[in-house]
Amino acid sequence: MKKNVPLAIVLVLGVLFAVQYFVPSRLSQRLYDTTLEWDIIISIPALAIAVDSLVRHHVVRIRQRRKGWGYSWVYLGAAAVMTAIGFSGGISEGGLFMNLFTFALAPMQSTMFAILAFYMTSAAYRAFRARSPEATVLLLSAFVVMLGLIPVGAALWRGLPGLSEWMMQVPNMASKRGITFGIGLGSAATILKIILGLERSWLGGSE
Amino acid sequence: MTTNPWVWLAAILTLCIYTYLYKDNPFYKFAEHLFTGLAVGFTIALTWHNAVQPLIIQGIFRAHDWVLLVPLGLGLLFLARFVPKVGYLMLIPIAISLGASSGIGLPRSLEAHIVKQMQGTLLTPAMLQHPFDPYNGLVVGLLVLAGVVCTISYFFFSREHTGALRVSSRIGIWFVMIGFGASFGYTVMARLSLFISRMQFLMTDWIHIIK
Repeated sequence: MKKNVPLAIVLVLGVLFAVQYFVPSRLSQRLYDTTLEWDIIISIPALAIAVDSLVRHHVVRIRQRRKGWGYSWVYLGAAAVMTAIGFSGGISEGGLFMNLFTFALAPMQSTMFAILAFYMTSAAYRAFRARSPEATVLLLSAFVVMLGLIPVGAALWRGLPGLSEWMMQVPNMASKRGITFGIGLGSAATILKIILGLERSWLGGSE
Repeated sequence: MTTNPWVWLAAILTLCIYTYLYKDNPFYKFAEHLFTGLAVGFTIALTWHNAVQPLIIQGIFRAHDWVLLVPLGLGLLFLARFVPKVGYLMLIPIAISLGASSGIGLPRSLEAHIVKQMQGTLLTPAMLQHPFDPYNGLVVGLLVLAGVVCTISYFFFSREHTGALRVSSRIGIWFVMIGFGASFGYTVMARLSLFISRMQFLMTDWIHIIK
């Protein structure tokens, strides 16, 4: 009973909304819009659980004086300050909340992504050795695309930016399309398994 | 150098993150924890202003749309996890979200990943007008069609790759390698442009070396 009711809900709602897509009526559209709105409301308490879990993790770390416990104070302080500012001052452009986003969160995020360039390049140096014809194709393709995107590429050979663009638009797209077919079939199969109750890991326990 | 404290904050935090290039260190760890903390606070405040206020406070308590109490009640069942005896009740809101999103996602996923991709791969009479056009011509259309079929055949593991399947899968792996190489190159350049923009920020907005 504890697991059959949730499974039945998934089956009924899964079939209902899969069919809803093919029913072009105002009622059907209203059902879809209402469900999206309800889904947002349902998920709000889930956020509370996520925050509770994170706070507990850091509080335990501080209490037990685990390695790096001082950083947990930074984490908790930052979360509390940002939340308090967001609640009290609003989230409008130019306010303290959005300034913290623009001058603290956004720069740190883009810098984290930027340093990935160094790690990707060093990983590529180790992985992209032309040991086989396929690896050579991979190397050449990356090389042409990278050179085509910078002014030096055009200075070396005028046709390089065009070749780079063509490689992105034609052979790259063909392979991506083949992979996308696989993603589509895989995700459809997984969704069907969930709707039909064959995939039950979300129920927890040993299911 | 700038006197704007916000620019100073952004510059110092940027440098804190860059210190990781040397090795993991207290400056990076500080910035990392500050980042995750601010991100959590940002998400909570955004959820409050974009979901709780308009849907719950405005919808239920001001517009008296009492029907919204139903999803709110269902959502509150998530909190049943804190009471072990009725912990299983949290499966109800999960089932509703999962069921609805699965049903909504199934036809849309099939359309986006299968139908639209098939449409894009089809050869059209318009391709005959300029058969050697490098992007929309018939020759390129045939090349894309061959690439898609061969790539799929490479990932077809229900039969041993012998005979015609071996040939097509061998061609497929070449297309896959070109695709992965191109994606890699494109991603590296995107990351490099981010790096350049951060350096530009430090040199231009912070220390005013570049004007």
